[in-house]
Amino acid sequence: MKKLRPILLRLSQVCLVLIGATFLVSVLIRQLPGDVAVLINPAASLAERAALRQELGLDRNYFSAYWMWLSQMLQGDFGFFIFGGKVLPVLKTAIPPTLQLIFYTQIVALTIAIPLGITSAYKQGTRFDRTISTTLFSISSIPNFGIGLILSLLIGVKIGILPPSGYRPISEGLIQHFRLMVLPVMTLAIAPISTYTRLLRAEMIAALREDYVLLAMSKGLSDRRILLRHVLRPSCTTLMTSAALSMGGLIGGALVIEIIFVIPGMGTQLAKAIGTREFMAIQTYVAFIALFYVTFNSVVDILIGVVDPRTRNRRA
Amino acid sequence: MNQLLKLSDFSVSFTTPRGDLHAVRGVDLSVAKGESIGIVGESGSGKTVLSRATMGLMPSTATCTGSVEFNGAPLSDLSHAEVRNYWGTGMAMIFQDPLTSLNPVRRIGSQLMEGLIVRLGMSKDQARARSVELLERVRIPDPYAAMKKYPGELSGGMRQRIVIAIAIACTPELLFADEPTTALDVTVQAQVLELLAELRQEFNMTMILVTHDLGVVAGQTDRVVVMYAGEIVEAAVTKDLFANMKMPYTEALMKSIPRLDQASGQRLRVITGRLPDPTTPEPGCSFAPRCEYATDKCRAEKPPLVTMQNGHQYRCFFPIGGSL
Amino acid sequence: MAGSGKLHLRLDSDPLLVVQDLVVQYKVNRKSFVSAVAGISFDVLRGETLAIVGESGCGKSTLGKAIMQLPRPQGGTVVLDGVDITALDGNDLRDVRPKVQMIFQDAISSLDPRLQVKNIIDEPLKVWKKGTAAERSIKVDNLLNSVGLDPVVVRDRRPYEFSGGQCQRISIARAIALDPVLLVCDEPVSALDVSIQAQILNLLQDMKEKLGLTLIFISHDLAVVKAVSTRVLVMYLGKICEVATPDDLYAHPAHHYSRALIAAVPIPDPEVGVDKIRVTGEPPSPVNPPSGCRFRTRCESASQRCAAEEPQLQEVGLGHFVACHHPVTN
Repeated sequence: MKKLRPILLRLSQVCLVLIGATFLVSVLIRQLPGDVAVLINPAASLAERAALRQELGLDRNYFSAYWMWLSQMLQGDFGFFIFGGKVLPVLKTAIPPTLQLIFYTQIVALTIAIPLGITSAYKQGTRFDRTISTTLFSISSIPNFGIGLILSLLIGVKIGILPPSGYRPISEGLIQHFRLMVLPVMTLAIAPISTYTRLLRAEMIAALREDYVLLAMSKGLSDRRILLRHVLRPSCTTLMTSAALSMGGLIGGALVIEIIFVIPGMGTQLAKAIGTREFMAIQTYVAFIALFYVTFNSVVDILIGVVDPRTRNRRA
Repeated sequence: MNQLLKLSDFSVSFTTPRGDLHAVRGVDLSVAKGESIGIVGESGSGKTVLSRATMGLMPSTATCTGSVEFNGAPLSDLSHAEVRNYWGTGMAMIFQDPLTSLNPVRRIGSQLMEGLIVRLGMSKDQARARSVELLERVRIPDPYAAMKKYPGELSGGMRQRIVIAIAIACTPELLFADEPTTALDVTVQAQVLELLAELRQEFNMTMILVTHDLGVVAGQTDRVVVMYAGEIVEAAVTKDLFANMKMPYTEALMKSIPRLDQASGQRLRVITGRLPDPTTPEPGCSFAPRCEYATDKCRAEKPPLVTMQNGHQYRCFFPIGGSL
Repeated sequence: MAGSGKLHLRLDSDPLLVVQDLVVQYKVNRKSFVSAVAGISFDVLRGETLAIVGESGCGKSTLGKAIMQLPRPQGGTVVLDGVDITALDGNDLRDVRPKVQMIFQDAISSLDPRLQVKNIIDEPLKVWKKGTAAERSIKVDNLLNSVGLDPVVVRDRRPYEFSGGQCQRISIARAIALDPVLLVCDEPVSALDVSIQAQILNLLQDMKEKLGLTLIFISHDLAVVKAVSTRVLVMYLGKICEVATPDDLYAHPAHHYSRALIAAVPIPDPEVGVDKIRVTGEPPSPVNPPSGCRFRTRCESASQRCAAEEPQLQEVGLGHFVACHHPVTN
């Protein structure tokens, strides 16, 4: 029971966040100008419009409309498009590309940033360190859609070693799937690589000054062992927190990048839905995006507790 | 006597924005096997830098000159990787603050076993068994449970015992104890000092005890070295030093500390002024500006370290009780 | 030890401060409290220096702050100069505050780093509207002079430009600016070098004599306490063990804890043998203190009575009180 309590607490927090986010979106969508009923059938009579509005739940107040959507969601009904079709099948095809994009980006960013950060901290103040930090700083100041366009043009079109755009699911060939993912992932990863490297470098430099590093040294351990076993672990909690928080930016970035690289993910679908006032679909998409974000953050929080025992008491 | 450690003209300086900081200046010191030496000084005296630099535990901003010989091997000529071979097995160190000298995110057991596995090539099971023995030896109650704990779950006294266990794990010949009890309560300090003395006997360890506390030195050492502004200003066999202080600084320090064996309500003797700025050394004796006996000679000329027949050394033109 | 009782109070001698049954609790979590100060009574006569001594976690610093109502204690009374300040609030309490001032262990961080020294010392004067700007400026210079700092040199500088000893002098100047009657010194010399420590201790002594101050001196250092105090109160886990004059206490400690504490202090003389009276272990958690006498778990003379019944302070000599069922006999 004692062990379950924090988990239950966490879960209730997650639910609250999800409900809050989707309710806010449902209210905001309703503020968009223009009558959806007119959009659907410009020639409809007043009576027909009223019937349509009632069918779509547009005549209800915010709470009642939200409740209608939520109760349908809970029963597994993800809503429909006003212009025809169910949301669920679209969701099924749009979620994997976006999730893949985001996870590959996190993995790539971390695998590049961790060694870079460690080496920069170890070689603090040397030419290597200075070169890395200047390079990262200048690259990260370009917005990611800019980088995306440059990479797509340069590597995809001019040099032509990688396809400039498109998406292929894993089931249709692993190699082609990854070939297509390289450019968008690189584009998205550049900002987090820079943030993570600088963060880790600063944390490691602080940790290297700690007495426990001196004690580890005085045991006669190698520098490599000290860096990896004694310095990295206490330093990486900040990195993990940053990775969790950057998830929001990454999701936002992915939505834009999908459009540039023509990936049929959530971003593309969301843009389409907003253009056509598909309010039910928008709400459902937002619910899923919020779900990714909250889930990832919760997992990272739990991991931080595993890595750093000092944080466990603070949480309780 | 069998010599274990020999420092000759050993100096350490740091590059700082305000100029070179001379933390340790021209120290000559030899330590015999099995001896217990106290290095006494106030903050800024260079005592901690001296002990860390002797071991080679210095950041890259430090410059060390002079020579360090350990068991006949010239440590000062060896590369970082070669010196590392002496750490843990040849010499080890205990630090002042047990709250910061253990890694907060790793269990006690893994921090203890690490040295045994890496340096002595033990298997995991051997290392675990030996670690439990070590914890028992430093009187940690329930060593098996302690192995699984994180440092944050233990008291300061317990943590310092664990730091000691880590330091003696590979049975080093020379143990540096840098203010090992300063952060501890007085009853716990007494326990830890007693433990260190026992371990020294048992493992026939040589110890260099760095402290600001003359009381700790009096009970724990064979010989005392007093440092001021990076230099040795007096060195003698402990009993001789306390009985016949030659250096005015040592005497003034002694008289300025409140003592339990004095009546209450007595006014303390004061050393006026403050410690010198290590970036701009005095031309003469570094204690001259605060010394009640100082003359123009003291302020202009640097006194050499004089060695008396019985080995008592002092750095003063006008030693208390006269020269020799 | 670690007992209660009020036998040691000297209420007929018109004490400056009388503290009775003081309780300070901290919340540990939703269910449990720690009583950092668990029902302590003591008094301080005018012109006295009362030392409160004990190891870390015994509640001595909490006690010092509770006298100043920082934070407000959960129980008990603090009567200063005949006024019960625990009963005051708002402006009434504010009016009493200048009478009690405090100096801390870490002098450097207890001073606002952005302010110049003159402003640090002037601030309380300004707040309490003590004179015109010109008058206050003269007062600041006088205060700096009296703590041994040259006003011309230090007035316009900021705390970080000074050493620990100098910062402690500045805090003393600030503390005495409002002419307090009681100065609470919380480990004022623990962070200082040995050669500087004596300067500050002597300065405190001078100020006390010159200004007719009464001092409460909180410290873990028994040797320092012996040098400065006229009465000593030994604390353990939020309770009083022993109250005595320093000479009495150090020569004939009646509490087993006091005796072990004194024996543990290393004497700077190699000819003096190491005292073998040792307490084992470390203090238990104050969240769940032992029943009866709180020291019994580490006391070699502990009996069943010690577990069942909390010892009350009893007089074992003139002005020498101990809370122990089996006091040390000499």
